[in-house]
Parts: sequence; structure tokens; C-alpha cells
Amino acid sequence: MIEFSGKELQQAVEELSGQKVFACYHCGKCTAGCPFASEMDLTPRQVLEYIMDGRAEVLDSQTIWLCAACFTCTVRCPNGIDIAKVMEALRQILLRRGSDKFDLSELSEQERGELPQIALVAGARKLIG
Amino acid sequence: MRILYYPGCSLKTQAAGFDRSARAAMAALGVELVELERWNCCGTISSLTTDDLMRQLAPIRNLIRVQEAGEERLTTACAMCYNTLKRAGLRVQEHPEELAKINAFLDEEPDYRGGVRVLHLLELLRDELGFEAVAKRVARPLLGLKVAPYYGCLLLRPRGVGLDDPENPSILEELVRALGAEPVDSPLKTQCCGSYHTATHKEVVAKRAHKILSDAAIRGAEIVISSCPLCSFNLDNRQRLVQETYDGFAPLPVLYFTELMALAFGLEEASSSLEQHYIDPRPLLLEHQLLRT
Repeated sequence: MIEFSGKELQQAVEELSGQKVFACYHCGKCTAGCPFASEMDLTPRQVLEYIMDGRAEVLDSQTIWLCAACFTCTVRCPNGIDIAKVMEALRQILLRRGSDKFDLSELSEQERGELPQIALVAGARKLIG
Repeated sequence: MRILYYPGCSLKTQAAGFDRSARAAMAALGVELVELERWNCCGTISSLTTDDLMRQLAPIRNLIRVQEAGEERLTTACAMCYNTLKRAGLRVQEHPEELAKINAFLDEEPDYRGGVRVLHLLELLRDELGFEAVAKRVARPLLGLKVAPYYGCLLLRPRGVGLDDPENPSILEELVRALGAEPVDSPLKTQCCGSYHTATHKEVVAKRAHKILSDAAIRGAEIVISSCPLCSFNLDNRQRLVQETYDGFAPLPVLYFTELMALAFGLEEASSSLEQHYIDPRPLLLEHQLLRT
């Protein structure tokens, strides 16, 4: 696990995402519109809250891996926070330290054959560092 | 009209019918899609961090190819290619310092000067040809066919990149009407299909597909149209898993919007790719007398 102080986490996220997470006023529109919210351990709004509170355990959340960057939260945030970029920043913090989430060699030959290449490349880009 | 066209990887392989029907339908409207020379991967999906210039090289290189061809516009049919190419172009337009870095790195290429417009075929239909011209070309109106447009994410979002209102788009409905069919509106038409999770979490995708397709079916849809090979795979091929997982689910065929156009224009290309879909749309089309037996 990465040792991060709350401040370091906030700085890393703001730098990588280019977003001001403290602009969030917790209206929850991001969560309300997220098609994956029901599968998530932290809702998108909670992810923002954890970052604001400096709680680095947000990096253990499954939420950041379930986000598929569909940009629904991004277009709905009343404060203009591009939440998809915040999620990407959290993924990248982990991926750049070697915790890949996708192993192409685990796919069966049949799966490799039938999956569209854009699924494989997009998955690799989002889930491999 | 001749216009540069970027097919992308999927339209050359799994979604070959999308490519074939796009070329044929546009040709029927007097538009020749001229394939971009030496195109490479569009980048597939936009990387979203501030320091990911390396991942902008592939899309920018394609825009350099457009510039080399002496053109200012590039069309695509695939929603993912459209989004990734357009987004990269807009990004370097807004950040000249990033463009300078990319140009310096791509030292074997001429500098990208900016200004190439990336257009989706749907925009070309709406903004330049007009849906009236589309309606005039219809040889076999798709009367009585109930079609649910599925937009997904990348045709619409983020704002400024998408080609229509991100919350309430209508461009596909307009096309469906122009072809003589009846559009069926579903509030889930803009909700994500699960995208690349299909490679790692197919049960998540099956859940999405089940929800999206069931809602369209409840509202009377007989068929769904899409403009993305990944959405199509998730909504069409994943129906095998949807059927295994959810009792009582009735399959729904998924076509590319260009296939629907080719069908309404009475083009041979319309029927050549129909059998490649997982859920065979031919029985439904025969029932509506939209296919020659």
C-alpha cells in the first residue's frame, strides 16, 4: 500500500487531474447519475469527500476501477469539477506504482478472439500502468 | 462531395459491416468517403491526466495525415474514434505549449498546425446534407419499424466534444424519422453500456445491457441502433450472458445506424452484414417486409 499523507494525496490528485476537488459542495448529482453507483463501495461523492478529508484509503476503493469514464458526472457537476479526471488521477496514482488491474494473458483464446480490439486497448489504457 | 474518412480498427475487422454500410449509404447521398492514408490507431480512449502527452501522439499523428492531404476535415463513424480524435485536437488547440512539445517529439513528422475539424458522419448528415435530403433518398421507407436509438457516452460527452445535447440528444431520432421508421425514446439511451469492463467484468456489462435493452423493449422498441463497435458488442454479443443471467429476457437486435440507412436506401450492402450480428435481425426485418427473401 502507498503511504500518503492527506495533503500529499490532495496535491497529487489536483495536479494529475487539473481539478479543484475543494469546489465540491456534496450535492450528490455525480452519484445520482452514475450508472455504476450501485456496485460501488464508495459513491463518487464519497470519493471526493475522502480526498477532501485527506483519507488515503480512498485508493483502496473499488469505485475508481468501476468508473468507466462515461462523463455523466462530469457534465452534471454544478461546480464544474471533471470527476472523471479525478477518478483517472486516483487510478494513475496506483497504476504508476505498478498495481495493474488487467492481465491480458488471463483471457481465454476465445475471449481474445471475440472481444473487440477497442475493448482490449481501452481496458489496457485504463487498467494497466 | 469527397471527404476524408477515418475508419479505425474495428470497422476494418469486427464491425466491417459498419464500414461497408457507411460507405454505401454516404455514396448514395453523393458523398465519397476517402480513406485517410497511413492512418494509425486513434488512441482508442482519451487519457485524462494533465501529463499524458505521450497518449495524445496517436490521435495527433492522424490529424497530421489530414493536414498532409491538404484537407481540414476528417470524418469518422465510430463514436470512440470520433471522441478521441476530436478531444486530442481540441486539447492541443487550447494548450499551444502542449502542441509545441508534441511537435518537438514527433520530429520525423511535419508540425501539426492545428485546425483540423473532426466530424462524425451524423454531423455531416444533420449539418451539411440535412435529414430532408436523407428522407428524399429513401427507397424503402422503414414504415412501422420501432427503433430505439442508443447514444452511449462518447457521441455526447463531455460537453464541447459531443455532437448533441448531452442530456437530451435527438440526432439519431431525426435520422430514424427520416428513414420512415418510428423512434422509441428511452431515458437510458445516454447511459454507459459498461465499455471496456466487457474485458474484465462482463457480468457488470450484462447488467447494464439488460437494463438498457429491457427499458427500450418495454417502450416498444423492436431494434436498437448504435454508432459504436464497443457499445454494439456489449449490447448485442453480451445478450448471450444476459439471457443466461436474467429469466424472461427477450433478445433485441442491435444494428449500426448506417445499416439502417442502407436498408432504407435499398442498397445491397444492407443485407450483407446483417448475419454478422449476434442477435439475427433478419427475421424481424422479413416480418416488416424490409428484406428481400
